[in-house]
Amino acid sequence: MSNPMNLTALRTIWIKECTRFLRIWVQTLVPPAITMTLYFIIFGNLIGQRIGEMDGVSYMEFIVPGLIMMSVITNAYSNVASSFFSAKFQRNIEEMLVAPVSTLTIILGYVGGGVARSLIVAVVVTIVASFFVPLNIQHFWLIVVTVVLTATLFALAGLINAVFAKTFDDISIIPTFVLTPLTYLGGVFYSISLLPEFWQVVSKANPIIYMVNAFRYGFIGVSDINAYVALGVLVLFNIAFGALAWLLLNRGIGIRS
Amino acid sequence: MTKALEISGLKKTYRGGLQALKGLDLTVNEGDFYALLGPNGAGKSTTIGVVSSLVNKTEGSVKVFGYDLDSQLADVKRCIGLVPQEFNFNQFETVLQIVVNQAGYYGVSRTLAKERAEKYLTQLGLWEKRNDPARTLSGGMKRRLMIARALLHEPKLLILDEPTAGVDIELRRSMWDYLTQINGQGITIILTTHYLEEAETLCRNIGIIDKGRIIENTSMKALLSKLNIETFVLDLDPYDGHPTLDGFTMRELDNHTLEVDVPKERGLNRVFEQLSAQGLKVLSMRNKANRLEELFVDLVEQGRNQKESVE
Repeated sequence: MSNPMNLTALRTIWIKECTRFLRIWVQTLVPPAITMTLYFIIFGNLIGQRIGEMDGVSYMEFIVPGLIMMSVITNAYSNVASSFFSAKFQRNIEEMLVAPVSTLTIILGYVGGGVARSLIVAVVVTIVASFFVPLNIQHFWLIVVTVVLTATLFALAGLINAVFAKTFDDISIIPTFVLTPLTYLGGVFYSISLLPEFWQVVSKANPIIYMVNAFRYGFIGVSDINAYVALGVLVLFNIAFGALAWLLLNRGIGIRS
Repeated sequence: MTKALEISGLKKTYRGGLQALKGLDLTVNEGDFYALLGPNGAGKSTTIGVVSSLVNKTEGSVKVFGYDLDSQLADVKRCIGLVPQEFNFNQFETVLQIVVNQAGYYGVSRTLAKERAEKYLTQLGLWEKRNDPARTLSGGMKRRLMIARALLHEPKLLILDEPTAGVDIELRRSMWDYLTQINGQGITIILTTHYLEEAETLCRNIGIIDKGRIIENTSMKALLSKLNIETFVLDLDPYDGHPTLDGFTMRELDNHTLEVDVPKERGLNRVFEQLSAQGLKVLSMRNKANRLEELFVDLVEQGRNQKESVE
């Protein structure tokens, strides 16, 4: 067995991952800021003024947490999916596989890189949002815990996607056909209390509902779902995805012959 | 003597049913410079893949400096430095990042990794290129980068899978010198190559692998001594008529070139004596083919014939 936690190796993978997305910051950090600015102008400012209040706050204030969360989800996922798949494609994943680096270290290194990128993006988008609406923070630590757990979960999901991917197309299928619909239907732009009862129940099968609501509760103190139930769901998903990622990599699926 | 590598009964069947290794046995002693030869698809890269844990074995045991691949994987990995056949580094990273990161994966601190990077990149003529992205290097530089990367954690066993493929002659010879030098410092080296001259020049022992089995495992000296007949091409002063050579098989290629098969026990002196007696002057002489190449082809063919007759 490899040492379950090789800290030097972990630090190396994490620094390598951060160096990668910082080197291409125009592709990784700037686009979310531009996209979110457009969302704030169009949905928040122009359309939002006609909508009025939602859950007791202005529509702009209502959508800010969801939009931050949307950036976190997209960036955590795509960072790990593209980086890990590139490492497979260029075969430089072998640099780690021939060395005494444990499966856990590889997972933590890559996921750590994805979390770092998504947190930087979260800060950038929050700063952009603060130009459009004064931000209230009701539960700071809930915001921190929710964003870290969400980023970790989607970084793990991106890793699992990359493990199975055989072409670059394979790492764009899930974001396009699964992630984007789930995010848009995950209560970013509306409160699920607006939906008929049946669709409220259906919506609760969407894990993104829990993340967005816990995060929104941290900002405005209002949520469709109990924030601590939402955190519990997030923890369970993290454990399940983490275990799956470990199992796949440990068996060498997609990376060893 | 300590065994650097002990493989016994190694089998590998890929998904899809291809049986690449069919019970391979191989031993390499510490300090050796060992050549693993074989035709394409013989199982060389699969063997290296299993030893370096990039390929999961189906059956058999592998020990590296006494450490078992199944139960002491981390120790096995620490002993090995691998130079693969294909470029497998991130083309967008700089030379220095690639080697320092690799050392990090082995638990070498960043400070020590940088010291070692300077040492090995300087030895391999890459220190000036340390801040260049790997994609900008020439093919030969990329090969040397992979050697430097494999040495950063100071392994006891260096495995090179066709390290000089596509490298020009001058660079190839400088790489040979470097490998000889580090072997002299105690690093055991296993090399696969298609350049048989390379194996003959560098290696003390040799294994020939074909269809997933070792068909010859011996010293280079013992192997070459098996070669009973060598073919020489003699360039003569142009002559009239037809020279004769008693006791030798000879072919006239034109009026100034002879091809002569020389059995070892007869020697070349008798060829020169006979030609001289006929008034013919030998201007120059060369081996028709690389000696090891002739043997290699013979052994692989023999192995296949034996197998067919058994089946």
